[in-house]
Amino acid sequence: MMVPVVSVVVVALLLWLAVWTVVARDAFLAVAAFVVYGLLLALVWVRLAGVDVALTEAAIGGGLTGALLLGAVGRLRGTEAAATAERSSAGTQGVALVLSVGVTMALVLCVLALPEPAPTMAPQVAHKLPATGVGNPITGVLLAFRALDTLLEAVVLVIALIGVWSLAPDRFWGGRPGPRYTTDPDGILAYLARVLPPIGIVIGIYLFWAGADHPGGKFQSATILAAMWMLVQMAGLGDAPRIDSRWVRGGVVIGPLVFVAVGLFGAWTAGAFLGYPDGWAKPMIVAIEVALLPTLVLVLALLMNGPPSRGGAR
Amino acid sequence: MSVETLFALAACALVGIGLYGLIVQPHPLRKLVAFNVMGSGVFVLFGALAMRGAEAGMAADPVPQALLITAIVVAFAATSVTVALLLRLIESTDNASLADEPSAGD
Amino acid sequence: MELWTSTHGGALLPAAVLAPFVGMLLGLALGGRQVQRVAFVLMPLALVLALGLAVAWQREGQTLVYLLGGWAPPLGIALRADGPAVAMLLAVAGVVCGIGLFARADFGTPVGAPESRAAFSYWLLLMAVWGALNLVFVSGDLFTLYVALELLTFAGVPLVCLAGSGETLRAALRYMLFALCGSVLYLLGAVLLYGGYGTLDMPLLAGMVRPGPVAWTALALMTVGLLAKTALFPLHLWLPPAHGGAPAAASAVLSALVIKGSWFLLLRLWFDVMPGVATLGAAQLLAGLGAAAIVVGSIVALRQKRLKLLVAYSTMAQIGYLFLMFPLAFEAGVLVHGAALSAGLLQAISHATAKAGMFMAAGLVYAALGHDRIADLAGVARAMPLAVMAFAVSGLALMGVVPSGAYLAKKLLLDAAEGSGQWWWTLVLQGGAVFTAGYVVLVLVNMLRRPAAPLQGVTPVSILSQWAALGLALCSLLLAFAAIGPVSTELIKNPLDARDLGTTLLVILGGALLALALSRRSLFAAAGAPHRDGAVRRVTMVLGMALEQFDAWVRRWTSAGLLMLLLAGLFVGLLRVGQAA
Repeated sequence: MMVPVVSVVVVALLLWLAVWTVVARDAFLAVAAFVVYGLLLALVWVRLAGVDVALTEAAIGGGLTGALLLGAVGRLRGTEAAATAERSSAGTQGVALVLSVGVTMALVLCVLALPEPAPTMAPQVAHKLPATGVGNPITGVLLAFRALDTLLEAVVLVIALIGVWSLAPDRFWGGRPGPRYTTDPDGILAYLARVLPPIGIVIGIYLFWAGADHPGGKFQSATILAAMWMLVQMAGLGDAPRIDSRWVRGGVVIGPLVFVAVGLFGAWTAGAFLGYPDGWAKPMIVAIEVALLPTLVLVLALLMNGPPSRGGAR
Repeated sequence: MSVETLFALAACALVGIGLYGLIVQPHPLRKLVAFNVMGSGVFVLFGALAMRGAEAGMAADPVPQALLITAIVVAFAATSVTVALLLRLIESTDNASLADEPSAGD
Repeated sequence: MELWTSTHGGALLPAAVLAPFVGMLLGLALGGRQVQRVAFVLMPLALVLALGLAVAWQREGQTLVYLLGGWAPPLGIALRADGPAVAMLLAVAGVVCGIGLFARADFGTPVGAPESRAAFSYWLLLMAVWGALNLVFVSGDLFTLYVALELLTFAGVPLVCLAGSGETLRAALRYMLFALCGSVLYLLGAVLLYGGYGTLDMPLLAGMVRPGPVAWTALALMTVGLLAKTALFPLHLWLPPAHGGAPAAASAVLSALVIKGSWFLLLRLWFDVMPGVATLGAAQLLAGLGAAAIVVGSIVALRQKRLKLLVAYSTMAQIGYLFLMFPLAFEAGVLVHGAALSAGLLQAISHATAKAGMFMAAGLVYAALGHDRIADLAGVARAMPLAVMAFAVSGLALMGVVPSGAYLAKKLLLDAAEGSGQWWWTLVLQGGAVFTAGYVVLVLVNMLRRPAAPLQGVTPVSILSQWAALGLALCSLLLAFAAIGPVSTELIKNPLDARDLGTTLLVILGGALLALALSRRSLFAAAGAPHRDGAVRRVTMVLGMALEQFDAWVRRWTSAGLLMLLLAGLFVGLLRVGQAA
């Protein structure tokens, strides 16, 4: 079967962008290339029949990660020059190139040696999905069959947040992360920050609700909501919260704790931790998602903000 | 060659490209970006495998796709911690090099 | 043995995994002094859970299994606890409790004091590490294990730079980037395995995996990735500054516990997922790297000026021991759960307890004297006898003195080496103890030396902390008694048996010679007095310096990165070649 030209062009573009990201001299150009790469990757996911993944990649992989890296590249303070002085010799780069090509070749051989027909779990998922009450098989996998992974993912985010907070200088502990933005209250940014969030919130909630039966879900929704919040902060219409405030602490833990509680309820009623008794699956899954949403929004936004850098103990 | 094989092979190249950057680039931020490229290569490979497993009326095997969503989020968490570390390092020492300081007095 | 239906005792498994995380979340929400309280409530609770699991496993006589949500693999995730998992769960629980008691002095929040960043972060990250490790031990699914690895890394890295200084931030960043590289390689291997066999459940995979390019590449990539996270030579670039620069309570967690997670995962991969794919040649490479780690690590440890860096290099050397069991665990060309595996686990547990004790002792010395320069430790033995005893006992335990866990492990491995005719590992096993003795003797001689003038300005340190250090060190020294049940009793002879005593004395003597030859300042030099080295010492000093330079070269990022890829290639080659035989 001949591969459509479009796919070949996309692959070529992808590889070219990746190479540029890795070898470009200027860090800013490299990061900019990476952001474009991330957005192109979202298209690749659509082509690979993974719309949920595409949404997540566009939102988190391209959007949030890109914003994070762009912010970082702006704060490098001239460390690039010192780094350029440390560049390895042509010989070392040559060896690295040879070895990396070697890894690629080994992987290619593996890909070509994979069994045909491909082993898959699609039939099993299709068979058991009706018992979970959700229509989207990915939501079924994430919140029913492999719910532990999703719970642990929320825990990973919380631990990452603790790690980021722990980097603060002692004198700022408990304070607010990020700079205090001030912009012209009549300017375009402030205008956008007043107009976009309500639209963003509606889209976010729609994505959240639709995720049960169509592509969408809490991660994509949380990213949009977090992005709206960042917009409000950057326009100076709101400020980052103090990290020792009660609602921040409570909001960060409520998702995983409710998840564990639902799991225990499942153990009590269905005989297995994170199990769902007949007919209860949909409401329990909704309960988990509703509790996870504020946690995800808070954690994603706070991870973007960084460690506390002003304020300090009250 | 089918579309999924094409993307799987592209993914292998992405892993190699990312690996090269991770080893050769001296600045930590560039290493981080290369790590993200390498990670995305692994993800695309997984996604291509998912498409190979299309069956039972689904366009692709949903298990790898679900795992990929988790993996993308974990990669974002890793990037955010690393960026925070890097920025604090630059704030503290004005020097982003990962090389050891030459040991004092010897 | 049924591995895909829940067993009765298995219900404790999700509790063991989630209890530390729930503790962490509650601590985060409550904040302030409550964080430490939650940690101290969690410790006995989770310890009891681990004991409960051990009892249940003993009673049921088979692997405990729990199917999450009632969904069976390959669709769902199963938690499983066999002998090695139960042993590690218990050991980690014990060590965390010991470290917790020690850390009360350093990270305790006094009543009425505001929340402090270091205390808040430390207790929460300690609970996070605990939960992540429990998950590594009992998870039966390769992707859940990937998430567990990331949990462990995200919890361990901030511990490195807890003190906040520039150099520790650099060490943490290096650790983070290298560890992330390792995780990605692991995930890549897991993806390949899914592509080849359609499942991520370990026993299911074990039944399906056959030697071939997919299995070889996956095993090689995952192994190399995990070696990078475990800091086995030559991929140890991040470990010395990270473990040497962190606060003592954090170094104890990093050296004793965090490293064991990726090591255990490696064990699972080789012994439980691909025992038939692993070849003797590949295992020899692993053990060879281990032997190199012991030699290089111990000698560079001898050359250190600061105590905490010496202990960090000692960790690097001891990690080598954890890999000596691989070539000795083959039976009929396949890796089996036998004496060699038990020896490896014994070594891991004894190292965990002894190294925690050693770091804690080093931390106490630093807290008391305000510095940890080895050359200026004279008089510490008189000021803090408990701490010095803790250091000495840990050192003896690491050297493999009867009846420590390391001694029993060495005996088991020596038997296996004799049985399989691999005489070279006999040499490594016997000789390795001498290298360990080298730096232990060096430090003890300096600690026991009488100072020229009485010590001034010694800050008193918490007695509880000193006892915690000594307690853990004693656990390591007496570990052989605890292993009596699972392991053959005839190996534990009378501790005062003439032959074993003789060996111990020889080891200490050998160590003293090494220390004499390679330490920076001659052992005989009085503190501060100028001293000229004899001819022999000048030669050995040059050798020592050369080895240190070699280590510094290996620890450069580009060198380590290239060596990592080379190793991956070597592994693939050895896995392929061995199979053809």
